Amino acid sequence: MRKLSKSKQQASGGLDLIPAESCAIPADGQACSIMPAVLADEPAGSVEKDLSRRRFLGMFGAVAGATAVLGTGVELLSYRAYAQGLPKTNNWTGNSGMTGSGAADMASTQAPPTHQWAMVIDLSMCNGCGSCTAACQKAHYLTPDQTWMKVFELTDTTGQTYHLPRPCMQCENPPCLHVCPVHATFRQEQGVVLVNQDRCIGCRMCMAACPYEARYFNWNSDVKYPPIPVEATPEFPVPQRLGTVGKCTFCVGNLNHGLLSECAAGCQMGAIYNGDLKTDVAVNSAGTTVKLSKFLDDNNAVTFKPEQNTHPRVWYILGHGQNLNADASTAKS
Amino acid sequence: MKETDINESALLNENGQRDAEQAWAADVRRAAIRPTIGRASVAWKLSVTVLGLVVLAGLGAWIYQFKRGLGAAGYNDQAFWAVYIVDVVTFIGVSYGGAVISAILRLTGQSWRAPLTRLAEGTALVTVLIGALFIFPHLGRPERFWEIPIYVNTSSPLFWDFMAISTYVLATVIFFYLPLVPDMAIVNKTLGRADRPARFRIYKALSLKWMGNERQRRLLHSVLTLISLIIIPLAVSVHSVLSWAFATTSRPGWMESVFPPYFVIAALYSGTALVIVVASAFRKGYRLERFITKRHFVRLGYIMAALGLVYAYLTIADLLSEGYTGITSGWIRQTIAGRYAIPFWFYVVFGEVLPIALVAVKKTRNIKGMTVASVGVVIALWVKRIVIVLPPVTQPLIGGFWGTYHFTWVSITITVAGVAAIPFGLMLLFRFLPVLSIDEMEEMGELGSVEQVSKETLAVQKQAPAYAYANGNGHVNGNGVGMPEKEVQL
Ligand code: SF4
Ligand code: SF4
Repeated sequence: MRKLSKSKQQASGGLDLIPAESCAIPADGQACSIMPAVLADEPAGSVEKDLSRRRFLGMFGAVAGATAVLGTGVELLSYRAYAQGLPKTNNWTGNSGMTGSGAADMASTQAPPTHQWAMVIDLSMCNGCGSCTAACQKAHYLTPDQTWMKVFELTDTTGQTYHLPRPCMQCENPPCLHVCPVHATFRQEQGVVLVNQDRCIGCRMCMAACPYEARYFNWNSDVKYPPIPVEATPEFPVPQRLGTVGKCTFCVGNLNHGLLSECAAGCQMGAIYNGDLKTDVAVNSAGTTVKLSKFLDDNNAVTFKPEQNTHPRVWYILGHGQNLNADASTAKS
Repeated sequence: MKETDINESALLNENGQRDAEQAWAADVRRAAIRPTIGRASVAWKLSVTVLGLVVLAGLGAWIYQFKRGLGAAGYNDQAFWAVYIVDVVTFIGVSYGGAVISAILRLTGQSWRAPLTRLAEGTALVTVLIGALFIFPHLGRPERFWEIPIYVNTSSPLFWDFMAISTYVLATVIFFYLPLVPDMAIVNKTLGRADRPARFRIYKALSLKWMGNERQRRLLHSVLTLISLIIIPLAVSVHSVLSWAFATTSRPGWMESVFPPYFVIAALYSGTALVIVVASAFRKGYRLERFITKRHFVRLGYIMAALGLVYAYLTIADLLSEGYTGITSGWIRQTIAGRYAIPFWFYVVFGEVLPIALVAVKKTRNIKGMTVASVGVVIALWVKRIVIVLPPVTQPLIGGFWGTYHFTWVSITITVAGVAAIPFGLMLLFRFLPVLSIDEMEEMGELGSVEQVSKETLAVQKQAPAYAYANGNGHVNGNGVGMPEKEVQL
């Protein structure tokens, strides 16, 4: 646990994030069910009011068609210091640089590592409608089977049903990356784990290694794609390549252009927040802007399957006292 | 049996000994070389054609799959590893049996091994090549295979699989080739340059100027001992590394500390069984009844049964602790009493109970019984590997439903082609190379090869390894299986 919280510290650029496990949920789940009831108009205590941040995040909010202050100039200068203080490339998970030399090969459209992308999913807001999945599949021309963002319907130990949207966790210590024999899976400088489909040999070792079932293969050649004007890149792997693996990209291209990810934008309930550990902000489709670290802290956010030592970049806020991990191990057949 | 009796009495006679040995050598040569340089029989041609067609069908299915994607082989996101990885593990596994059985028998000086070594090593060679080739249908992008040694990721278990398998293929080739060196010289003497100049030249090159003199013999022995010593840990490492491709993931059912020995023993067990099957088939088909006898089958049967018991033990060890605590036991429930129960219990019956019973009961402890037992083991262990691979793959890790793998004509055709490729490869192999290890069998003599001998007799036999060569005139007898004198002078 110490190791984890240290790594979080590093990941968040020294900001005080709570380690995921610190939400010690008692069986009845009381301790964690302190969610702000309304997000959009009544900023809860955790909502950040600092103008420069609001301006930056306003871009998310505006594009998502919600209520936020608009801003053209993205005020990031104050956070450059963090960027310089952090290791530059993608091998800063403390795993001795094995996080993908493939990244070096990628002629990517990435901005310099000014951001460290993250996601917060508020389970108390999710009603299981599946709009996130639909939006993701539409944007990436996925087959119905390829649920890069998948909403699981799960039963808690207390017997109640809840919904768990599962994107790729963008693990900071990604098992999928370690097992990839050809560095086709790599972690770019903003902490997003991507697949180079021009390199992937289709061994599916990563599918075996991912504890979250977040990877989907391109099994059949009969998938039809409309003409797509741009080249497929790891950030936007469309059309998918036959015989290679694909997964959630965090819509990192969207994020770098100030847009919400497709799933976050598609969520009517505002349950999905795109966040940035560097600037320490997160925003959802309702335009709610929060100070990320405080938001996580106040809501006792947890990561999924922390025992896997993957250090996800996706946090969950448990609205109904669910115990994610108890549930995972009692999955019914 | 009758021949043996006669020869035995002949050997007791001090004067008759040399004649008996020469006769033995001639018989061995005739049996080993006839299928090589003789005219191919109709049965041989027919079998090779049929098997070749099956292999071709497999290739065709693979090309189809390459075009259509792995979905054509029944794969899906909840069954992302299935039949081909099972085939890889199975084929490389049975290869291990052939190599290690041969190596262990060689190291422990088991002279009865002599008629079996070539078959065992040949089986090891053919199956390891087939197993390695099965990696290609397993990959979604086989044409990018070359990237593995180029974009090396040393933290990937697959990279180490690649290293281990390629080293092992190399070692198996060497292990097959070395005992062949003296035989190549022998065959060439029979063949003569004029008959088939091309073949003669190949054999000559392969024989590495073998003369059978003391120095060469000592060298060959020590090299063979060395490679036998190397191939055992090498094979252990291959199957351990293979198992770590599974065990280094966090999937319940795979992340098991028992996996490396589990895979090693499975490989030995199924490999011994395949040696029995191959020996049984070639004994009939190549008329080797005189050399490969009931005794060989029974001994291999004992080894197989012992390995079977160890494997049963490891299977229980794998299932019990997790099953008892029930922490991650979804896959165990499904294995024992759920969707994988039929293949699992198939393994229990045909992979453990039946073969061990056939070995245990005296009445069935014969060639037929051992053959039936080993066919059961080979098939059941393929099925068992399905049960090892599929439950952890298809289990839901978060929630929802179990996945399903559906066999399709593509995956069945390719797998059957792999099976057919074993006899196909062996028959082609032994069309060019002697099916018996002539030199070793002569060295061991009939005594060592066919009858049980005491250590002393064996030592005496070893003292005179080059008897048939070095003894005077060298002409063994007629039948065209003699040696020119000048070669023997050395
Ligand atoms: S969630 Fe799975 S696919 Fe995504 S980074 Fe983690 S291990 Fe890799
Ligand atoms: S399937 Fe592709 S991305 Fe996954 S481990 Fe294999 S080569 Fe790497």
